[in-house]
Amino acid sequence: MRLILRIARRLGRLTLVLLCVGLVSFGLMMVSPVDPVDAYLGPKMAQVSPEQRALIAERWGFDAPPAVQFGHWLRQLVSGDLGWSHVYNQPVSEVIGQRFQRSIMLLGSAWLLAALLGFSLGVVAGAKEGSTLDNIISTYAYITASTPAFWLAILAVLLFSVTLGWTPTCCAGPTGTLSQDVTLATRLHHLILPIATLALLGIANVTLHTRARMLELMRSEVATHAFAQGASRIDVAWRHGLRHASLPAMTLAFASLGELFGGSILIEQVFAYPGLGQATVAAGLRSDVPLLLGIALFTALFVSVGNMIADSLYGVIDPRIQAGGL
Amino acid sequence: MSMAQPRLRALFSLGLTALLITGLIASQWLLGDSPQQMQFNARLAPPSVDHWLGTDTLGRELWARTLAGLALSFWVGCLAALLSTLIALSLAAIATLSARLDALVSLLIDTLLSVPHLILLMLIAFALGGGTQAVIIAVAVTHWPSLARVLRAELWQLRQAPYVRISRALGKSRWFVIHGHLLPHLVPHCLVGALLLFPHAILHEAALTFLGFGLSPSQPAIGVLLADAMRYLSGGYWWLGVFPGLGLLLMVLGFERLSTHLRRAL
Amino acid sequence: MLTIDRLSLQLPLYVSWWKREWATCLNECSLKFSAGEVHAVVGASGAGKSLLAYAVMGLLPTPARLSGQIGYKGEPLNASRQRKLRGRELALIPQSLNALDPLARTKRQVAWAAQRAGHSSRHARHAAQRALDHYQLDARAQQAYSHELSGGMARRVLAAMAHVSQAQLVIADEPTVGLDPLHRQRVLDALRGLADQGKTVILITHDLRHALPIADRVTIMRNGQQVETAPARAFQDSGASLTNTYSQALWLALPDNGFSSHAVSHAPQTEQEATVA
Repeated sequence: MRLILRIARRLGRLTLVLLCVGLVSFGLMMVSPVDPVDAYLGPKMAQVSPEQRALIAERWGFDAPPAVQFGHWLRQLVSGDLGWSHVYNQPVSEVIGQRFQRSIMLLGSAWLLAALLGFSLGVVAGAKEGSTLDNIISTYAYITASTPAFWLAILAVLLFSVTLGWTPTCCAGPTGTLSQDVTLATRLHHLILPIATLALLGIANVTLHTRARMLELMRSEVATHAFAQGASRIDVAWRHGLRHASLPAMTLAFASLGELFGGSILIEQVFAYPGLGQATVAAGLRSDVPLLLGIALFTALFVSVGNMIADSLYGVIDPRIQAGGL
Repeated sequence: MSMAQPRLRALFSLGLTALLITGLIASQWLLGDSPQQMQFNARLAPPSVDHWLGTDTLGRELWARTLAGLALSFWVGCLAALLSTLIALSLAAIATLSARLDALVSLLIDTLLSVPHLILLMLIAFALGGGTQAVIIAVAVTHWPSLARVLRAELWQLRQAPYVRISRALGKSRWFVIHGHLLPHLVPHCLVGALLLFPHAILHEAALTFLGFGLSPSQPAIGVLLADAMRYLSGGYWWLGVFPGLGLLLMVLGFERLSTHLRRAL
Repeated sequence: MLTIDRLSLQLPLYVSWWKREWATCLNECSLKFSAGEVHAVVGASGAGKSLLAYAVMGLLPTPARLSGQIGYKGEPLNASRQRKLRGRELALIPQSLNALDPLARTKRQVAWAAQRAGHSSRHARHAAQRALDHYQLDARAQQAYSHELSGGMARRVLAAMAHVSQAQLVIADEPTVGLDPLHRQRVLDALRGLADQGKTVILITHDLRHALPIADRVTIMRNGQQVETAPARAFQDSGASLTNTYSQALWLALPDNGFSSHAVSHAPQTEQEATVA
């Protein structure tokens, strides 16, 4: 019973936060100097008379006061209608659905890779503090943590696609081929470099965090006690270190979904990969307000669920808080 | 006097970073408008003795443009980090005034943290119509939540601290409590917090500009240089893509190291 | 069994924001511990007792300057030998309850200690069971995490972890802090029992009164200096056979001896230490 109550409270908070996200994003769209009618028309702006502009504004409700527009948008949202994207000429929900399907491959595999590799490297580096291996791993992590994501992607394209020619430079499949006809192998071939780049960036964070936790543990009284029992560093890292470092690493992995998504926007842009990130940039540059709002809300849902899991993990797994639960 | 001492190391990296930044700013003074000067007989020239880092399509020297871009990033990052710290500090202070305000501030923090930084940056830059000011404001407005959380927790703890309560009970003035008890705790947090924000601010500014939402393409910002380089990637003009990013990486790395060393030393 | 010869230890200390100096924490200590004895090392906090234990175990923090000789069973106890003997011949009961891993159950931790002492994993579980039973920890305590244990139980778990190793030299660092008289007596009796089996027990404590009944010999330490080593029976009546005024003062300041601070005046700067003791 108490568990249900806690879950209900978390879901209530989630709804409240999402509502706030909607309010903030909608407010930002309203103060934007971009004229919504111009944005709607795009290049056809010059061919339209003032009367036609007024008609468009009336049809889409651009001339109503912001509060009314927000209410209208919210009502539509509740009924499952996110609006119409004029950039892709499709309902926003369909655009997000299609694009997210392509992005989830990239995001999911990069996330898993980053979490697993990052954790292992962090454990190894932290267990052998000051060794050559630790120096190599932490130097690598410090450098990649400061590397601009898009620059790393540019370097990857330069090296593997342009110079070596191992991987294609763009897109999710060969140009001119319908997406249904692209085989899984080709698809993977196009995905390898984006995944590797995104994972490479994510690894640094998890590694540094895990390493810090390991160092903390290796200097703790628990470790000194284990050493007094004759344990080797590997023994301490394996028996005590994994326990202490895995929960923070998992928490970090779930809490960093937003950063992962931000990285994917940049990387999809460089690799011209037609995912959700590219759609975000297109929506922003071409003032597709409904799509931009839809994506903001969708990613906020995605990230808040991640944050919620991160917050709950300690309560579920750590024996010290288990009495409290969730 | 070995370098193994964390405090000496912090002092050393502080000095080094200060020296490099002074050099960067001085170079902007000395260079004048050479980052924009075109050489029509040396377009897309590879790196050589004459053109240290090569030139772009209009024959502009890449090294001058990279330096200019770094200086631009530095100022934008500085202003954004400063603004962000101020926002964090004031919101943390507001949160300690009453429970209701505290709930409001933490709802705001949760809201901002639940949207990916880059998307929020794009939304704000979009709302403000782009440009240098928009970037600075966007970066400042998105980066304060983590620092605000730390400061809020610290302030709540300080308010409950026995020595503050005793000080109040003794009838000391509000100014005395703030100056004597609160500031000494908050200043190091703010300093380290601002330093930690700075690299993030620079990276996000470059990313935003790269995507086309930030600084105007006429400015030699790092994001602009790299977006420009994207168009010439398949032509094998590697220097356009490599050097500006490398400069940015070195600058971010320098500040990242500085903040780690300072945190360890304090 | 264990001989310590002119052992000195220096640890780094910041005197100003950036200037580092070396503080002397142990100064030319020479001690002899023999088998079958409980040897109490007594002193106020900061006297260097725990550092002595860590120096013997080879567990000092890294920037440390150590000089002098430690010998174990007639051979020098250097870093590599310490590493080999830790957990098998040398055991430490740590002072802090934080030495228990908060994320592992009691029995599992004791079994780990047994494995580290060289037991096979199946045998280790039996050994852990026996050690826990020996210290009267019931099934619930065995399955508990350390935060669920009372202070007394946690101390007994730490003792069981040292016990399971079958070590010849047991160093107990303040094993009775925070225990009620009943549990304190139980822990002290267990230590006496180890010595009676022919092992060497070093009991580090700030509490002279509780150490005396089970100790064979007592070393008094103060500010990193070894003040005096005397048989436990020297601490009786007026402590006349004690050669050092500080140890005399310490003895006479005990409640049973009338809280006499008269003798303290003969030992300069000892008021603080005497009251702590």
